Amino acid sequence: MNMHAALHASRRDILKGAGSLIVSFSFAGAITEAMAQGAAAAKPLALTEVDSFLAIDAKGKVTVYSGKVDLGTGVRTALMQMVADELDVSLQNVTLIEGDTATTPAQGTTWGSLTIQIGGIQLRNAAAVARQALLEEAAKQLNTKPENLRVSNGIIFGGPKRLTYAELIGGKQFNLKVDHTKPPKRKDPKEYRVVGKSVPRVDIPAKLTGTFTYIHDFRVPGMLHGRVVRPPAFGAKLQSVDESSIKHIPNAKVVRQGDFLAVVAETEWNAIRAARALQANWSKAETLPDPDKLWEYVRNSKIAKDEEYGKVGDSAAAMAGAARKMSATYDFAIHTHGSIGPSCAAAEFKDGKLVSWSASQATHNLRNQLAKMFGMPPADVRCIYLEGSGCYGRNGHEDAAADAALLAKITGRPVRVQWSRGDEHIWDPKGPPTLIDLRAGLDASGNVIAWEHESWIPQQTPGGFHVPLIAASLTGMPADDHIAPGNIFQNAAIGYKFPNAKSICHRLETTPFRPSWIRTPGRMQNTYANECFMDEIAAQLSVDPIEFRLKYLDPKDERGIEVLRRLKTLAKWETRPSPRRNITGNVVRGRGVSYVKYENSRTYVATVCDVEVNRTTGEIRVPRFYVVHDCGQIINPDGLRNQIEGNVIQTLSRTLIEEVKFDRSRIMSVDWETYPILTFPQVPEIIMDLVDRPNAPPWGAGEPAAAVIPSAVSNAVFDATGIRVRSVPFTPDKVKAAMKGAA
Amino acid sequence: MAITKSLNVNGRQVSIQIDDPEMPLLYALRENLGLKSPRFGCGLEQCGACSVHINGRVVRSCVKPLKELRATDRIVTLEGLGNLQNLHRVQRAFIEEQAVQCGYCITGMAMEAAALLARNPNPTDAQIKQALAHNLCKCGTHARIIRAVKRAARYA
Repeated sequence: MNMHAALHASRRDILKGAGSLIVSFSFAGAITEAMAQGAAAAKPLALTEVDSFLAIDAKGKVTVYSGKVDLGTGVRTALMQMVADELDVSLQNVTLIEGDTATTPAQGTTWGSLTIQIGGIQLRNAAAVARQALLEEAAKQLNTKPENLRVSNGIIFGGPKRLTYAELIGGKQFNLKVDHTKPPKRKDPKEYRVVGKSVPRVDIPAKLTGTFTYIHDFRVPGMLHGRVVRPPAFGAKLQSVDESSIKHIPNAKVVRQGDFLAVVAETEWNAIRAARALQANWSKAETLPDPDKLWEYVRNSKIAKDEEYGKVGDSAAAMAGAARKMSATYDFAIHTHGSIGPSCAAAEFKDGKLVSWSASQATHNLRNQLAKMFGMPPADVRCIYLEGSGCYGRNGHEDAAADAALLAKITGRPVRVQWSRGDEHIWDPKGPPTLIDLRAGLDASGNVIAWEHESWIPQQTPGGFHVPLIAASLTGMPADDHIAPGNIFQNAAIGYKFPNAKSICHRLETTPFRPSWIRTPGRMQNTYANECFMDEIAAQLSVDPIEFRLKYLDPKDERGIEVLRRLKTLAKWETRPSPRRNITGNVVRGRGVSYVKYENSRTYVATVCDVEVNRTTGEIRVPRFYVVHDCGQIINPDGLRNQIEGNVIQTLSRTLIEEVKFDRSRIMSVDWETYPILTFPQVPEIIMDLVDRPNAPPWGAGEPAAAVIPSAVSNAVFDATGIRVRSVPFTPDKVKAAMKGAA
Repeated sequence: MAITKSLNVNGRQVSIQIDDPEMPLLYALRENLGLKSPRFGCGLEQCGACSVHINGRVVRSCVKPLKELRATDRIVTLEGLGNLQNLHRVQRAFIEEQAVQCGYCITGMAMEAAALLARNPNPTDAQIKQALAHNLCKCGTHARIIRAVKRAARYA
């Protein structure tokens, strides 16, 4: 597109009043006038428009609009680095707006380790188009060719003359297209100045000085504080409420619609004590399976459909003819997200329109869900992201947003809802229970000739990843009746080269709790089972577990082979079969390996875990992990290390300790006493080797390292003790039971 | 029936109006005084996100009723420890080590670390881990936090 035409068109837009449309929602926690008026509605949002992603103001400040958000991972800074380099501006001149349905493009849910890989690349594409257009325009004005120009920090130099981005485009729109399917020419990675550098995160100083505004700190003028009062049992019906039970609390009011019960008050403390004091009668309900027979329940649940992945050859025929057969069953407990800050949201209805502030990882989806719930056009709902406590997937944020919106609708006032610790532990959607059978057939020489993976996991209903909103369910308001556990089939297909293989996922009609995705959903559980079973076969054949994996890796997959080879060096790996010989003494030590190619298509991770097992108490201690990680081009090495450390520590907690306990009516894991997590004394040392490939595409790193942790621990326990643990979490009781069973 | 309560917060004597002397200090700091650093995590003194110092000792403000506080008790929040222009050594060290993921727990970590270093200028790794054993982090920032506390000790 002709840049002159673009500039003229933009000037006309400015005269029409659209020039003030670059509205930045600061973290200051105040609603700007422009926001309140919805003035930002004119800003382009399509993924095909450069202006959807970027704006340069009259002072040369760059505003980046990202539909992907920073969930506490630090990716905000990485996205800013990517844009700063591609556009050739200094990082200090870049600010990022995240997850506002009125101003940011719908780049998809922030999940699946895709923010840099997809969202960042889209930003890069927009920046590349913008930079080229600015160069062409400058060349025209300077009577030269773009290739004779040099750019530095937003200034274009052509011999003695210079033009700034601000002079060329400041405050105006580019009016240019960007096609992500045919990406524009981007910079040679050699020219990147801040990509690849451990740039300090922009949010950390504020977080260390109490000046950062989380959703929990956000206030709307004139708002009420709301607290929800949930049913004491899943499926319980509200029979009566004694409103007089809170009459001693100043200005506290009961709000009830169907089985949705809440209190509102002018101060937060009064809302809290009203929620505690409120007397209500609920019907009895026993809708949950017997927890002692959970795995029978899962195995016998009605199957909605079977899905087949990674089919090679004829595994059934090969299995029938196998000289040796092996099988094992693995289970993985129900987990909660366990955000340290319980979910929180605010909402305001004004002039028939709804504004929702939340820490939703999917504000564009949330907008559609809220619109459906209230029978409004999505255009009348604006969802704005504010960072919350780390969420690791779809936790309670969206539900708190629905609670706040419903209370705002009913009371006619802006309302802030803060969930209690119990609300979060009990009512966030859960990582579903996962049951996996594995079978292998070996020929007489010990070659794997057949591999079968069979799992029982909840279905993903068609139509989207809309986890039902609790407020809609309790009131009977319109809702998508989805079961949405996420893409939990991924990594079910085995990545190793076996001549006959298949993975069958029985997608179940129901699962005990409302499911959703938790960090590395399905990829963790499938990798856990697959990599444990690989280890079982290697041990059966008395082969070193790394050599065994290398034997079956695709020889053309050099990056996979390289991470395993580098791991041997990093961990000073002693080539030998597991278990170790001469297991004696009370505390025994061992090491286990695990490997993943994430989703069989991207980031490679290999890990070695060292463990100590107390054979009297059954306690597993993990002093250290070694991790080799290849996610292609590294944007921010320290940020990457931080993510890998988090993956390892968080998943060790899930592997050793975490489990949602319940009875036939309710969840018994209601706080940190009843759902403990890893604490400082149990934290392992983490030794890393990052493979940087500056010329490769940047892949995700928020999840892949988590995938290998449970299997590495299980394999290390076997190496130390000769005992297999196949049920996550690996609690001391289970370890003792496994040792007793083997004795 | 509002009650007037006098508190000493970050070196200033302040007066607040409350209607329940059982209200935990956390809500006075956040709602009445507009301080953001003491964070609501559990309300059960299990996680440490709400930590402040009272007379130099770490206290979980989420369970500390206002009626137990005297006007002379010196309450210090993360904001009072230092600010961007004048960082406390713990804040400086945490920033330099990038010892944050989501950062929701980090108030408690910093307050606990500052109190530890005040009573033990050169803690071992084991002593740091023990001092922080009742501060929870779900992102898995622990390894960095330990490094940051050691770095802060060097800035004595």
